[in-house]
Amino acid sequence: MTTTAKHVRPVTRESGIRRFRTWWNSLSRPQQWLGMVPVVALVYLLPLWHTMPIFSTEPNKDFPISLFSAAVLVLVALGLNVVVGQAGLLDLGYVGFFAIGTYVTALLTSKDSTLHKLPYLATLPLAMLVTMVAGLLLGTPTLRLRGDYLAIVTLGFGEIVRLLATIVPAVKGQVGLQEVGHPPGTQANGQPIFGPTNGTAWYWLVVTVIIIVLLFIGNLERSRVGRAWVAIREDEDAAQIMGVSTFKFKLWAFAIGAAIGGLSGALQAGQVGFVNNQDFGVQFSVLYLAAVVLGGSGNKVGVMLGAFIVSYLPNRFTFLSGTTVQIGKLALHLQQYLVFGLALIVLMIFRPQGLLGARLRLLANGRQAYQRLVGRPEQLSSDSALTSEQEAV
Amino acid sequence: MSQQEREAVHPLTLFLADGNSWINFDVTSFKTLFWDNTFNGLTYGAIYSLIAMGYTLVYGVLRLINFAHSEVFISGAFAVYFTLSYLGFGGAHPSLSPIALVGDLLLAAVAAMVVSGIVAIILERVAYRPLRKRNAPPLVFLITAIGASFAIQYIWYAFRGANAESAVIMFVPHPVFTVFGTNIDDQQITIVAAAILVMVVVDRFINHSRFGRGIRAVAQDPDTATLMGVNKERIIMITFLVGGLLAGAAALFYVMRVPSGVQYNGGFNLGIKAFAAAVLGGIGNIRGAMLGGVLIGLIGDYGQTLLGASTWSDIIAFVALVVILMFRPTGVLGESLGKARV
Amino acid sequence: MSAARFARAVTVVAVLSLALTGCAAKNNATSSGAGSGPTGPVNLPEQTALPVPGDAAKPAGDGKAKCSGVTIAYAGAESGGNAQLGINIYSGIQLAINQHNTANPGCQVAFKKYDTAGDPAQAPGVVTQVVGSKDIIGAVGLPFSGESKATGGIFQTGGLVHITPSATNPSLTTNGWTTFFRALGNDSVQGPAAAKFLTGKLKAKKVCVIQDDSDYGIGLAKETNATLGGSADTACSDKVTTGQKDFSSTVSKVMAAKPDAVFYSGYYAEGAPFDQQLVNKGFTGVFLGPDGTKDIAFVKQAGAASSNAYFVCPCVPGELIPSFAQAYAAANSGAAPGTYSLEGYDAATVLLAGIDSGATDRAALLNYVKTYNADGLSKHFQWNSTGELANTTVYGYKVQNGKIVFVGTV
Repeated sequence: MTTTAKHVRPVTRESGIRRFRTWWNSLSRPQQWLGMVPVVALVYLLPLWHTMPIFSTEPNKDFPISLFSAAVLVLVALGLNVVVGQAGLLDLGYVGFFAIGTYVTALLTSKDSTLHKLPYLATLPLAMLVTMVAGLLLGTPTLRLRGDYLAIVTLGFGEIVRLLATIVPAVKGQVGLQEVGHPPGTQANGQPIFGPTNGTAWYWLVVTVIIIVLLFIGNLERSRVGRAWVAIREDEDAAQIMGVSTFKFKLWAFAIGAAIGGLSGALQAGQVGFVNNQDFGVQFSVLYLAAVVLGGSGNKVGVMLGAFIVSYLPNRFTFLSGTTVQIGKLALHLQQYLVFGLALIVLMIFRPQGLLGARLRLLANGRQAYQRLVGRPEQLSSDSALTSEQEAV
Repeated sequence: MSQQEREAVHPLTLFLADGNSWINFDVTSFKTLFWDNTFNGLTYGAIYSLIAMGYTLVYGVLRLINFAHSEVFISGAFAVYFTLSYLGFGGAHPSLSPIALVGDLLLAAVAAMVVSGIVAIILERVAYRPLRKRNAPPLVFLITAIGASFAIQYIWYAFRGANAESAVIMFVPHPVFTVFGTNIDDQQITIVAAAILVMVVVDRFINHSRFGRGIRAVAQDPDTATLMGVNKERIIMITFLVGGLLAGAAALFYVMRVPSGVQYNGGFNLGIKAFAAAVLGGIGNIRGAMLGGVLIGLIGDYGQTLLGASTWSDIIAFVALVVILMFRPTGVLGESLGKARV
Repeated sequence: MSAARFARAVTVVAVLSLALTGCAAKNNATSSGAGSGPTGPVNLPEQTALPVPGDAAKPAGDGKAKCSGVTIAYAGAESGGNAQLGINIYSGIQLAINQHNTANPGCQVAFKKYDTAGDPAQAPGVVTQVVGSKDIIGAVGLPFSGESKATGGIFQTGGLVHITPSATNPSLTTNGWTTFFRALGNDSVQGPAAAKFLTGKLKAKKVCVIQDDSDYGIGLAKETNATLGGSADTACSDKVTTGQKDFSSTVSKVMAAKPDAVFYSGYYAEGAPFDQQLVNKGFTGVFLGPDGTKDIAFVKQAGAASSNAYFVCPCVPGELIPSFAQAYAAANSGAAPGTYSLEGYDAATVLLAGIDSGATDRAALLNYVKTYNADGLSKHFQWNSTGELANTTVYGYKVQNGKIVFVGTV
């Protein structure tokens, strides 16, 4: 093999997607934002097309509401991505934060609760705050554990939250809290804009929140905090030796992830209008994790894609549930989760790095630096720093 | 309370006694039912231990949390159900000679172990081996495990539907001894004795046989073990197989105790508790799994009697797990299948 | 340790435990005889006749109806742990619609099913879909109280009349919904009836009330306790969780209190293992369950232990009405009608009668149901302003020879 390779040309056998990504990264930030405008517009317009061929979940499930569920899962996955993808902390109890968010909103707005009532929009920051405190409370004693032990402790935490929701009388277990609040506004016919049947309005609200959260997380990623997370994820001991206060940054990751989880819980509670303890089991934590890993943990766009697929597939295949296939004398009862489970296995075998791998941007203002010094786009690795070094040689 | 008073209730009182009290410290019941709970806890603890050993073996060798192990267990339970139904057991109390009964139970045990073993091996081949070949990161194994768990559950659902299967009653428990004022029935003795037997056999296998040495070697350092001539792939298959056999035995005991527990999602909650038991005892440590199972069984039963409602059983188990991990992160007996790698 | 010694040790332990099992089995073999388990102190006789109103409305109507493009929907559980109740109901509805369409060639009513899995969190999305479909002018659903609570407002917004064949929570009719109608008695009728049954015909002086954590279980237990008063022993009352299979500590508590009867307020999926574990520990009293427990799946899952079980239910024993039972069996591969099949059938009949009388939109059908006053196969249907029936009866059942049989009204 040749040994020259001082000035490196990008590998000639680049796939189409690779080339697209390289070109995308060569654009300046305002140019990228401009390019995103049609995509964002499309996303906003999606629920208006109820009868979209192939993709629409109707007639079994209202399409805007399915999109809303997908959007909430995207938000959850973004929060979990901060914890698992960026900081590398394996969290198997994320549904606990989600649950705390829903209950805070429900307790402060539902007619079944005995607390002083607040307007719905005011409960959103409160939900984030309470969940952040819970994240700090959970993290402080447990973040000294490593790897799989942390996973297990967070699993235990998630289960404890779910079981407490069963046992504490004020949150009313399975009976649940009805008539959770919603943002103000009434339509022409007297119905509230943000009612449980109007998925479109809720979907737009969540998409707006997602965009804000994306800006926030993106900023964090490119800052000192983000780089500290990458260092912790790749090799915690080395990071510690190099002076990164790992405990503090891990706690930050936990708290921010928790806050986003709580926010998504609050939004979901508002749309459904009814909160009870049935939807907070381990299988949901695992679903969120699947969304993150499927999309490519560490990559915001990938995670959004993964979450969309994970939420969308069961809804799209709802028509399967209750159907029975007759094979001779045998009757097979189908469920959409069978398709989902098999899809997960197959996807993981054929694309273990996720749909979009994580990209590392370790250089602040890297884009301008590369343009000025070397005259070509920023060199980005696809999986980790080590891989890109090998590519360069 | 008047409407205004209720509206202004301080949030903290939500979590304290609220008329419909959620913590009813019931020390009298705890004292009277102590030995009852102990023997019950030991019985279920034996079942948890067997399942926990499966989790711990796979983790020790592969550093993988095999979430689909609960489905391996429930497949064994289905095998028990089908075997016993075929042999004529059902909802009525059986009237068989003891030899015939023992023979039937052994047959069911063998069927359960075989089915569980096969499911475990298929799982390894189809779901995990391709990922190992592609050097996938550990997180991906977790997701595949979950996908496999869903898939197996819903395959059983496709064949058997949503309801639990009809009860298969193996034998009606009769009190045999009375100790400390409580009856111990023959079912409890059988389960605990047989479980101990199985655990002793597996412990011997791991610590004193050639394959066991191979397992411990791969657990300690897979690459060096390969260099030393250990066939890694075969060892991994054997690990899954042994885990499956253990789950099959646990399935027989579970169906003995809860004849109507055979349902497509019947393994899930049991699996979570057994996994917690494995971690409690020290994940990767066989004896730790045995101890952890018994501890989870006992703590759960004591907790729910002491605190007045059955729902407490699971909470107490998880709280115990979290607390013990905080003070002793490697579990009660520590990691040791191959002496922990960092 | 050498292989030989190891083998010997294993054999010894094996033989010992086999011997123990042998002993155990021998105990069992000599003492089991009848094989049908304890039956408790009371044994109420089976009733085989049920008076059916002679002029009961039938789905076929007069055969001359004209309509087009109308649909009746079923929304409720088709999958999930307690799906059997949903399956019973939509089979009853399907039967009514088939009978109607066969007899009325000029009026073919379509039937659409929507699965909520019995989950109050999924139900709103599904019901939104139902309400949003313009051709659906009437619905039967939802079967469970929790999901009815979550979706009543959506039906109200859409002006879509819905008759529930089985949701018994009393608070459902206190929300001011004008589109909600209940085709059976609610828990504030069933609870006191259960209590009366326990202290009266079942002659129980001490009762342990065990409730699960569902909306239905908690509400019903409260009503029953209120009427039982002193007969309910609070020391042995306990709460269990849906999905629980191991009831050992609850069973210990109950056995320590030695009651005459146990009332389980919940569904069959937990009630069955609970009854079986009670009997295993030597319980010889009566086990009473409400409508959520009354299902053949209970008998199957509890095995021989279920022979001590009685049930109360606001549901009519459809299997005792020959015309209905035969038609149901013919349409469902010989299966007998299940709990609430008849209520589903009668509810669908009411809606079909409305369509036959000329109602072509939701407002007209809603008005028809509001002013309906006629007999069905199961009872007389006339609703008050909140959607409750005027007359409701509660029926008693017991388990006999592996089947559930009717023992008279409570």
